[in-house]
Amino acid sequence: MYDMKALYEATSVQHAIELLKEHPEAKIIAGGSDVLIQMREGRLAGIELVSIYKIDELRGISMDDDGTLRIRPLTSFSHITRDPLIQKHINVLGEAVDKVGGPQIRNIGTIGGNTCNGVTSADSASTLHAWDAIMEITGENGVRRLPIREFYVGPGRVALAHDELLTSILIRKESYEGYLGHYIKYAMRNAMDIATTGCSVNCKLSADKKVFEDVRIAYGVAGPVPMRTPSAEAAIRGKEVSMENIEAFAKAALQDVNPRTSWRASKEFRLQLVEELAKRALIECVKLSGGTI
Amino acid sequence: MQTQLVKCTINGKHTETVVDVRASLTDMLRNDYRLTSVKKGCEVGECGACNVLIDGECFNSCIYLAVWADGKNIRTLEGLLGENGELSDIQQAFIDEAAVQCGFCTPGFIMSAIEILESGKLYTRDELRKLLSGHLCRCTGYENILNAVEKTMKRRLGIEV
Repeated sequence: MYDMKALYEATSVQHAIELLKEHPEAKIIAGGSDVLIQMREGRLAGIELVSIYKIDELRGISMDDDGTLRIRPLTSFSHITRDPLIQKHINVLGEAVDKVGGPQIRNIGTIGGNTCNGVTSADSASTLHAWDAIMEITGENGVRRLPIREFYVGPGRVALAHDELLTSILIRKESYEGYLGHYIKYAMRNAMDIATTGCSVNCKLSADKKVFEDVRIAYGVAGPVPMRTPSAEAAIRGKEVSMENIEAFAKAALQDVNPRTSWRASKEFRLQLVEELAKRALIECVKLSGGTI
Repeated sequence: MQTQLVKCTINGKHTETVVDVRASLTDMLRNDYRLTSVKKGCEVGECGACNVLIDGECFNSCIYLAVWADGKNIRTLEGLLGENGELSDIQQAFIDEAAVQCGFCTPGFIMSAIEILESGKLYTRDELRKLLSGHLCRCTGYENILNAVEKTMKRRLGIEV
Protein backbone atom coordinates (compact mmCIF):
# COMPACT_ATOMS: atom_id res chain seq x y z
CA MET A 1 0.00 0.00 0.00
CA TYR A 2 1.15 3.49 -0.77
CA ASP A 3 0.97 6.08 1.95
CA MET A 4 -1.50 8.55 0.44
CA LYS A 5 -4.36 10.55 1.85
CA ALA A 6 -6.49 10.57 -1.27
CA LEU A 7 -6.37 9.86 -4.99
CA TYR A 8 -8.34 11.96 -7.45
CA GLU A 9 -8.62 10.48 -10.93
CA ALA A 10 -8.87 13.16 -13.60
CA THR A 11 -10.86 12.31 -16.73
CA SER A 12 -9.86 15.32 -18.86
CA VAL A 13 -7.42 18.23 -18.85
CA GLN A 14 -10.14 20.58 -17.60
CA HIS A 15 -11.10 18.12 -14.86
CA ALA A 16 -7.45 17.84 -13.78
CA ILE A 17 -7.18 21.64 -13.52
CA GLU A 18 -10.38 21.76 -11.44
CA LEU A 19 -9.10 19.01 -9.15
CA LEU A 20 -5.80 20.82 -8.68
CA LYS A 21 -7.64 24.03 -7.79
CA GLU A 22 -9.86 22.19 -5.32
CA HIS A 23 -6.88 20.47 -3.69
CA PRO A 24 -4.07 22.98 -3.25
CA GLU A 25 -1.79 20.42 -1.55
CA ALA A 26 -2.18 17.74 -4.21
CA LYS A 27 0.63 16.54 -6.45
CA ILE A 28 0.21 15.34 -10.02
CA ILE A 29 0.95 11.70 -10.79
CA ALA A 30 1.44 10.67 -14.44
CA GLY A 31 3.13 7.28 -14.96
CA GLY A 32 4.28 7.28 -11.36
CA SER A 33 7.80 5.92 -11.90
CA ASP A 34 9.17 8.87 -9.92
CA VAL A 35 6.26 9.81 -7.65
CA LEU A 36 5.49 6.27 -6.43
CA ILE A 37 9.15 5.63 -5.71
CA GLN A 38 9.41 8.83 -3.68
CA MET A 39 6.32 7.67 -1.79
CA ARG A 40 7.88 4.28 -1.16
CA GLU A 41 10.90 6.06 0.29
CA GLY A 42 8.52 7.82 2.68
CA ARG A 43 9.21 11.27 1.29
CA LEU A 44 5.60 12.17 0.47
CA ALA A 45 3.81 10.56 3.40
CA GLY A 46 0.09 11.35 3.48
CA ILE A 47 0.10 13.07 0.09
CA GLU A 48 -2.98 13.80 -2.00
CA LEU A 49 -2.57 12.80 -5.65
CA VAL A 50 -4.28 13.96 -8.81
CA SER A 51 -3.82 11.14 -11.29
CA ILE A 52 -3.69 12.19 -14.93
CA TYR A 53 -2.57 8.75 -16.16
CA LYS A 54 -5.95 7.84 -17.63
CA ILE A 55 -6.39 11.02 -19.70
CA ASP A 56 -5.97 9.52 -23.17
CA GLU A 57 -6.20 12.93 -24.90
CA LEU A 58 -2.72 13.56 -23.45
CA ARG A 59 -1.22 10.56 -25.32
CA GLY A 60 0.29 10.28 -28.76
CA ILE A 61 2.35 12.14 -31.33
CA SER A 62 0.99 14.09 -34.27
CA MET A 63 1.91 16.84 -36.68
CA ASP A 64 0.18 20.23 -36.79
CA ASP A 65 -0.76 21.81 -40.14
CA ASP A 66 2.35 24.01 -40.08
CA GLY A 67 4.63 20.98 -39.69
CA THR A 68 5.14 21.36 -35.92
CA LEU A 69 5.66 18.03 -34.19
CA ARG A 70 3.32 17.70 -31.24
CA ILE A 71 4.34 15.22 -28.54
CA ARG A 72 1.66 14.79 -25.90
CA PRO A 73 3.07 14.47 -22.41
CA LEU A 74 1.72 11.05 -21.39
CA THR A 75 3.34 9.34 -24.36
CA SER A 76 5.54 6.63 -22.89
CA PHE A 77 9.23 6.40 -23.74
CA SER A 78 8.75 3.15 -25.64
CA HIS A 79 5.97 4.66 -27.75
CA ILE A 80 8.15 7.67 -28.58
CA THR A 81 10.95 5.37 -29.75
CA ARG A 82 8.58 3.38 -31.97
CA ASP A 83 6.70 6.38 -33.40
CA PRO A 84 7.14 6.86 -37.18
CA LEU A 85 7.02 10.70 -36.96
CA ILE A 86 9.76 10.71 -34.33
CA GLN A 87 11.85 8.25 -36.34
CA LYS A 88 11.51 10.41 -39.43
CA HIS A 89 12.07 13.89 -37.99
CA ILE A 90 13.87 13.63 -34.64
CA ASN A 91 15.17 10.09 -34.38
CA VAL A 92 17.67 11.06 -31.68
CA LEU A 93 14.80 11.72 -29.26
CA GLY A 94 13.62 8.12 -29.68
CA GLU A 95 17.19 6.92 -29.16
CA ALA A 96 17.66 9.08 -26.06
CA VAL A 97 14.51 7.90 -24.30
CA ASP A 98 15.40 4.31 -25.20
CA LYS A 99 18.24 4.70 -22.70
CA VAL A 100 15.96 5.44 -19.73
CA GLY A 101 15.82 2.69 -17.06
CA GLY A 102 14.81 -0.68 -18.53
CA PRO A 103 12.01 -1.94 -20.80
CA GLN A 104 9.26 -1.92 -18.14
CA ILE A 105 10.21 1.59 -17.02
CA ARG A 106 10.09 2.77 -20.63
CA ASN A 107 6.53 1.44 -20.89
CA ILE A 108 5.28 3.37 -17.84
CA GLY A 109 7.55 6.45 -17.84
CA THR A 110 6.22 9.48 -19.71
CA ILE A 111 8.08 12.29 -21.44
CA GLY A 112 5.92 14.82 -19.61
CA GLY A 113 6.89 13.38 -16.25
CA ASN A 114 10.53 13.26 -17.30
CA THR A 115 10.53 17.02 -18.00
CA CYS A 116 8.08 18.28 -15.34
CA ASN A 117 10.23 16.72 -12.62
CA GLY A 118 12.80 19.35 -13.48
CA VAL A 119 15.76 17.03 -12.93
CA THR A 120 18.99 17.63 -14.81
CA SER A 121 19.63 13.94 -15.53
CA ALA A 122 16.40 13.32 -17.50
CA ASP A 123 17.40 11.55 -20.71
CA SER A 124 14.79 13.37 -22.80
CA ALA A 125 15.65 16.86 -21.52
CA SER A 126 18.99 17.50 -23.18
CA THR A 127 17.66 16.46 -26.59
CA LEU A 128 14.54 18.61 -26.15
CA HIS A 129 16.80 21.55 -25.24
CA ALA A 130 19.03 20.89 -28.23
CA TRP A 131 16.02 20.94 -30.58
CA ASP A 132 14.47 24.15 -29.17
CA ALA A 133 11.38 22.42 -27.81
CA ILE A 134 8.44 24.56 -26.79
CA MET A 135 6.36 23.60 -23.79
CA GLU A 136 2.62 24.13 -24.18
CA ILE A 137 1.00 24.66 -20.81
CA THR A 138 -2.73 24.67 -20.09
CA GLY A 139 -4.32 26.41 -17.12
CA GLU A 140 -7.75 27.73 -16.29
CA ASN A 141 -7.10 30.88 -18.35
CA GLY A 142 -6.08 29.00 -21.46
CA VAL A 143 -2.91 27.89 -23.15
CA ARG A 144 0.55 29.47 -23.02
CA ARG A 145 3.82 28.49 -24.64
CA LEU A 146 7.28 28.65 -23.17
CA PRO A 147 10.69 27.77 -24.63
CA ILE A 148 12.08 24.79 -22.73
CA ARG A 149 15.02 26.90 -21.47
CA GLU A 150 12.59 29.11 -19.58
CA PHE A 151 10.57 26.10 -18.40
CA TYR A 152 13.42 24.87 -16.19
CA VAL A 153 13.63 27.24 -13.23
CA GLY A 154 15.99 25.35 -10.92
CA PRO A 155 16.79 21.83 -9.70
CA GLY A 156 13.46 20.00 -9.48
CA ARG A 157 11.54 23.17 -10.30
CA VAL A 158 9.73 24.08 -13.53
CA ALA A 159 7.58 27.05 -14.54
CA LEU A 160 4.24 25.37 -13.89
CA ALA A 161 1.72 26.92 -11.53
CA HIS A 162 -0.01 24.51 -9.16
CA ASP A 163 -3.13 24.34 -11.32
CA GLU A 164 -1.41 24.13 -14.69
CA LEU A 165 -0.58 21.07 -16.80
CA LEU A 166 1.98 20.50 -19.49
CA THR A 167 -0.26 19.52 -22.41
CA SER A 168 2.17 19.27 -25.35
CA ILE A 169 5.84 19.42 -26.22
CA LEU A 170 6.28 21.09 -29.60
CA ILE A 171 9.19 20.92 -32.04
CA ARG A 172 8.76 23.47 -34.83
CA LYS A 173 9.57 22.59 -38.42
CA GLU A 174 12.47 25.06 -38.58
CA SER A 175 13.92 23.37 -35.49
CA TYR A 176 14.05 19.88 -37.00
CA GLU A 177 14.19 20.30 -40.78
CA GLY A 178 17.66 19.45 -42.10
CA TYR A 179 19.10 18.51 -38.68
CA LEU A 180 20.39 15.14 -37.55
CA GLY A 181 21.40 14.41 -33.99
CA HIS A 182 23.12 12.01 -31.65
CA TYR A 183 22.77 11.47 -27.88
CA ILE A 184 25.34 9.91 -25.60
CA LYS A 185 24.38 8.81 -22.12
CA TYR A 186 27.40 8.15 -19.96
CA ALA A 187 26.44 5.94 -17.04
CA MET A 188 27.98 3.17 -14.96
CA ARG A 189 25.60 0.49 -16.29
CA ASN A 190 23.99 -0.02 -19.68
CA ALA A 191 20.51 -0.33 -18.12
CA MET A 192 18.66 0.78 -14.99
CA ASP A 193 21.00 3.67 -14.36
CA ILE A 194 20.90 7.45 -14.25
CA ALA A 195 23.23 9.46 -16.48
CA THR A 196 26.52 10.58 -14.95
CA THR A 197 26.39 13.13 -17.76
CA GLY A 198 24.40 13.12 -20.98
CA CYS A 199 25.10 15.06 -24.16
CA SER A 200 22.80 15.66 -27.14
CA VAL A 201 24.21 17.23 -30.29
CA ASN A 202 22.67 17.92 -33.68
CA CYS A 203 23.91 19.65 -36.78
CA LYS A 204 22.93 20.91 -40.20
CA LEU A 205 25.68 20.67 -42.81
CA SER A 206 26.00 22.67 -46.02
CA ALA A 207 24.92 20.96 -49.27
CA ASP A 208 28.51 19.89 -50.02
CA LYS A 209 28.86 18.54 -46.43
CA LYS A 210 31.96 20.68 -45.85
CA VAL A 211 30.60 23.38 -43.53
CA PHE A 212 28.65 23.36 -40.26
CA GLU A 213 25.69 25.62 -41.08
CA ASP A 214 24.40 25.11 -37.56
CA VAL A 215 25.24 23.01 -34.51
CA ARG A 216 23.19 22.78 -31.33
CA ILE A 217 24.31 21.07 -28.15
CA ALA A 218 22.76 20.46 -24.74
CA TYR A 219 23.74 18.56 -21.63
CA GLY A 220 22.15 16.80 -18.72
CA VAL A 221 24.06 16.81 -15.40
CA ALA A 222 26.50 19.50 -16.50
CA GLY A 223 24.77 21.95 -14.19
CA PRO A 224 21.73 22.19 -11.91
CA VAL A 225 19.32 22.01 -14.86
CA PRO A 226 19.65 20.70 -18.43
CA MET A 227 21.50 23.34 -20.47
CA ARG A 228 22.67 24.48 -23.87
CA THR A 229 26.27 25.65 -24.26
CA PRO A 230 26.09 28.76 -26.49
CA SER A 231 29.87 29.28 -26.48
CA ALA A 232 30.39 25.91 -28.13
CA GLU A 233 27.66 26.59 -30.69
CA ALA A 234 29.14 30.03 -31.54
CA ALA A 235 32.60 28.51 -31.87
CA ILE A 236 31.59 26.16 -34.67
CA ARG A 237 28.69 27.75 -36.52
CA GLY A 238 29.74 28.50 -40.11
CA LYS A 239 33.08 26.71 -39.72
CA GLU A 240 34.39 24.00 -41.96
CA VAL A 241 34.01 20.35 -40.98
CA SER A 242 37.37 19.41 -39.48
CA MET A 243 38.70 17.64 -36.43
CA GLU A 244 40.39 20.83 -35.28
CA ASN A 245 37.10 22.75 -35.29
CA ILE A 246 35.31 19.93 -33.51
CA GLU A 247 37.96 19.93 -30.79
CA ALA A 248 37.65 23.69 -30.37
CA PHE A 249 33.88 23.30 -30.14
CA ALA A 250 34.19 20.68 -27.41
CA LYS A 251 36.62 22.86 -25.43
CA ALA A 252 34.33 25.87 -25.73
CA ALA A 253 31.51 23.89 -24.10
CA LEU A 254 33.53 24.00 -20.86
CA GLN A 255 32.99 27.77 -20.61
CA ASP A 256 29.25 27.38 -20.06
CA VAL A 257 28.86 24.32 -17.86
CA ASN A 258 28.81 24.11 -14.10
CA PRO A 259 28.84 20.48 -12.95
CA ARG A 260 29.22 19.51 -9.32
CA THR A 261 30.66 16.61 -7.44
CA SER A 262 28.07 14.04 -6.37
CA TRP A 263 28.31 10.45 -5.20
CA ARG A 264 28.01 9.40 -8.85
CA ALA A 265 31.03 11.30 -10.12
CA SER A 266 33.39 14.17 -9.37
CA LYS A 267 33.16 17.59 -10.94
CA GLU A 268 36.51 16.97 -12.64
CA PHE A 269 35.29 13.74 -14.22
CA ARG A 270 32.12 15.44 -15.43
CA LEU A 271 34.18 18.24 -17.01
CA GLN A 272 36.18 15.57 -18.81
CA LEU A 273 32.89 14.05 -20.02
CA VAL A 274 31.53 17.42 -21.16
CA GLU A 275 34.44 17.86 -23.55
CA GLU A 276 34.76 14.25 -24.68
CA LEU A 277 31.04 13.60 -25.24
CA ALA A 278 30.64 16.82 -27.26
CA LYS A 279 33.42 15.69 -29.56
CA ARG A 280 32.16 12.12 -29.97
CA ALA A 281 28.54 13.16 -30.46
CA LEU A 282 29.37 15.78 -33.09
CA ILE A 283 31.58 13.34 -35.01
CA GLU A 284 28.63 10.95 -35.05
CA CYS A 285 26.33 13.75 -36.30
CA VAL A 286 28.72 14.50 -39.16
CA LYS A 287 28.69 10.85 -40.17
CA LEU A 288 24.88 10.66 -39.93
CA SER A 289 24.66 13.75 -42.14
CA GLY A 290 26.80 12.18 -44.85
CA GLY A 291 29.95 14.17 -44.09
CA THR A 292 33.41 12.75 -43.50
CA ILE A 293 35.81 13.39 -40.67
CA MET B 1 -10.48 4.27 3.46
CA GLN B 2 -11.02 5.38 -0.12
CA THR B 3 -11.99 2.51 -2.44
CA GLN B 4 -12.75 2.08 -6.09
CA LEU B 5 -14.28 -0.62 -8.28
CA VAL B 6 -11.78 -2.09 -10.74
CA LYS B 7 -13.11 -4.14 -13.66
CA CYS B 8 -10.50 -5.83 -15.79
CA THR B 9 -9.60 -9.00 -17.62
CA ILE B 10 -7.06 -11.17 -15.85
CA ASN B 11 -5.64 -14.17 -17.69
CA GLY B 12 -8.63 -14.18 -20.02
CA LYS B 13 -11.32 -13.90 -17.35
CA HIS B 14 -13.47 -10.83 -16.72
CA THR B 15 -13.14 -9.87 -13.09
CA GLU B 16 -14.13 -7.08 -10.79
CA THR B 17 -13.17 -6.18 -7.28
CA VAL B 18 -13.21 -3.18 -5.01
CA VAL B 19 -9.70 -2.04 -4.14
CA ASP B 20 -8.15 0.38 -1.72
CA VAL B 21 -6.88 3.28 -3.87
CA ARG B 22 -3.54 3.02 -2.07
CA ALA B 23 -2.97 -0.50 -3.44
CA SER B 24 -0.43 -1.27 -6.13
CA LEU B 25 -1.36 -3.68 -8.91
CA THR B 26 0.97 -6.19 -7.20
CA ASP B 27 -1.14 -5.88 -4.05
CA MET B 28 -4.36 -6.45 -6.00
CA LEU B 29 -3.09 -9.43 -8.01
CA ARG B 30 -1.61 -11.17 -4.95
CA ASN B 31 -4.18 -10.34 -2.31
CA ASP B 32 -7.45 -10.25 -4.24
CA TYR B 33 -6.69 -12.85 -6.90
CA ARG B 34 -4.01 -15.01 -5.21
CA LEU B 35 -1.76 -14.71 -8.26
CA THR B 36 1.41 -15.29 -6.30
CA SER B 37 3.70 -15.58 -9.32
CA VAL B 38 3.68 -11.78 -9.08
CA LYS B 39 6.51 -11.31 -6.60
CA LYS B 40 7.18 -8.47 -4.24
CA GLY B 41 10.87 -7.80 -4.76
CA CYS B 42 12.32 -4.32 -4.58
CA GLU B 43 8.92 -2.57 -4.84
CA VAL B 44 10.56 0.41 -6.54
CA GLY B 45 10.52 -0.79 -10.14
CA GLU B 46 14.11 -1.95 -10.33
CA CYS B 47 14.14 -5.74 -10.07
CA GLY B 48 11.29 -6.80 -12.38
CA ALA B 49 10.02 -9.60 -10.11
CA CYS B 50 6.48 -8.16 -10.21
CA ASN B 51 6.41 -7.80 -14.01
CA VAL B 52 3.07 -8.49 -15.74
CA LEU B 53 1.65 -7.83 -19.19
CA ILE B 54 -0.90 -5.03 -19.45
CA ASP B 55 -2.51 -4.74 -22.89
CA GLY B 56 0.46 -6.62 -24.31
CA GLU B 57 3.25 -4.51 -22.77
CA CYS B 58 5.41 -5.30 -19.74
CA PHE B 59 4.95 -3.27 -16.58
CA ASN B 60 6.36 -3.53 -13.09
CA SER B 61 3.09 -3.96 -11.20
CA CYS B 62 4.66 -2.68 -7.96
CA ILE B 63 4.75 0.86 -9.38
CA TYR B 64 1.37 0.71 -11.09
CA LEU B 65 -1.69 1.76 -9.12
CA ALA B 66 -4.34 -0.97 -8.89
CA VAL B 67 -7.06 1.51 -9.88
CA TRP B 68 -5.28 2.12 -13.20
CA ALA B 69 -5.97 -1.53 -14.13
CA ASP B 70 -9.63 -0.68 -14.71
CA GLY B 71 -10.52 -1.66 -18.28
CA LYS B 72 -7.17 -3.32 -18.93
CA ASN B 73 -6.21 -6.81 -20.08
CA ILE B 74 -3.70 -8.24 -17.60
CA ARG B 75 -1.68 -11.41 -17.96
CA THR B 76 0.44 -13.12 -15.33
CA LEU B 77 2.52 -16.29 -15.38
CA GLU B 78 -0.50 -18.32 -14.19
CA GLY B 79 -2.18 -17.56 -17.52
CA LEU B 80 0.51 -19.43 -19.45
CA LEU B 81 -0.47 -22.87 -18.17
CA GLY B 82 -2.45 -25.24 -20.38
CA GLU B 83 -5.92 -26.35 -19.31
CA ASN B 84 -4.55 -29.32 -17.42
CA GLY B 85 -1.73 -27.35 -15.90
CA GLU B 86 0.80 -28.11 -18.65
CA LEU B 87 3.82 -25.85 -18.80
CA SER B 88 4.24 -23.56 -21.79
CA ASP B 89 7.29 -23.87 -24.06
CA ILE B 90 9.09 -20.95 -22.44
CA GLN B 91 8.55 -22.34 -18.93
CA GLN B 92 9.85 -25.74 -20.03
CA ALA B 93 12.85 -24.06 -21.65
CA PHE B 94 13.71 -22.34 -18.35
CA ILE B 95 13.78 -25.78 -16.72
CA ASP B 96 15.72 -27.44 -19.54
CA GLU B 97 18.35 -24.71 -19.60
CA ALA B 98 18.71 -24.58 -15.81
CA ALA B 99 17.61 -20.94 -15.98
CA VAL B 100 15.89 -21.29 -12.60
CA GLN B 101 17.72 -21.45 -9.31
CA CYS B 102 15.88 -19.83 -6.41
CA GLY B 103 13.06 -18.95 -8.82
CA PHE B 104 12.11 -15.58 -7.40
CA CYS B 105 12.92 -13.63 -10.57
CA THR B 106 11.61 -16.31 -12.94
CA PRO B 107 7.94 -15.27 -13.41
CA GLY B 108 8.98 -11.69 -14.17
CA PHE B 109 11.61 -12.82 -16.68
CA ILE B 110 9.14 -15.18 -18.34
CA MET B 111 6.52 -12.45 -18.79
CA SER B 112 9.13 -10.24 -20.48
CA ALA B 113 10.03 -13.26 -22.61
CA ILE B 114 6.35 -13.55 -23.60
CA GLU B 115 6.34 -9.97 -24.91
CA ILE B 116 9.53 -10.78 -26.86
CA LEU B 117 8.19 -14.08 -28.24
CA GLU B 118 4.78 -12.70 -29.19
CA SER B 119 6.38 -9.90 -31.21
CA GLY B 120 7.26 -12.64 -33.71
CA LYS B 121 10.64 -11.01 -34.30
CA LEU B 122 14.07 -12.57 -34.39
CA TYR B 123 16.38 -10.70 -32.05
CA THR B 124 20.15 -10.90 -31.69
CA ARG B 125 21.70 -11.94 -28.41
CA ASP B 126 22.57 -8.29 -27.68
CA GLU B 127 19.02 -7.17 -28.38
CA LEU B 128 17.71 -9.88 -26.05
CA ARG B 129 20.08 -8.66 -23.34
CA LYS B 130 18.61 -5.19 -23.65
CA LEU B 131 15.01 -6.46 -23.75
CA LEU B 132 15.62 -8.45 -20.55
CA SER B 133 17.64 -5.75 -18.80
CA GLY B 134 14.75 -4.71 -16.56
CA HIS B 135 15.19 -7.84 -14.44
CA LEU B 136 17.65 -8.74 -11.74
CA CYS B 137 18.68 -12.34 -11.04
CA ARG B 138 21.08 -12.92 -8.17
CA CYS B 139 21.61 -16.66 -8.85
CA THR B 140 22.10 -17.59 -12.46
CA GLY B 141 24.43 -15.04 -14.01
CA TYR B 142 21.82 -14.56 -16.77
CA GLU B 143 23.45 -16.77 -19.41
CA ASN B 144 21.02 -19.67 -18.98
CA ILE B 145 18.07 -17.29 -18.97
CA LEU B 146 19.26 -15.80 -22.26
CA ASN B 147 19.73 -19.33 -23.63
CA ALA B 148 16.17 -20.29 -22.69
CA VAL B 149 14.64 -17.20 -24.28
CA GLU B 150 16.82 -17.37 -27.39
CA LYS B 151 16.12 -21.06 -27.99
CA THR B 152 12.36 -20.66 -27.51
CA MET B 153 12.35 -17.63 -29.83
CA LYS B 154 14.15 -19.61 -32.52
CA ARG B 155 11.94 -22.68 -32.10
CA ARG B 156 8.80 -20.59 -32.43
CA LEU B 157 10.21 -19.05 -35.61
CA GLY B 158 11.03 -22.47 -37.01
CA ILE B 159 14.79 -21.93 -36.80
CA GLU B 160 16.92 -24.90 -35.85
CA VAL B 161 18.67 -24.58 -32.46
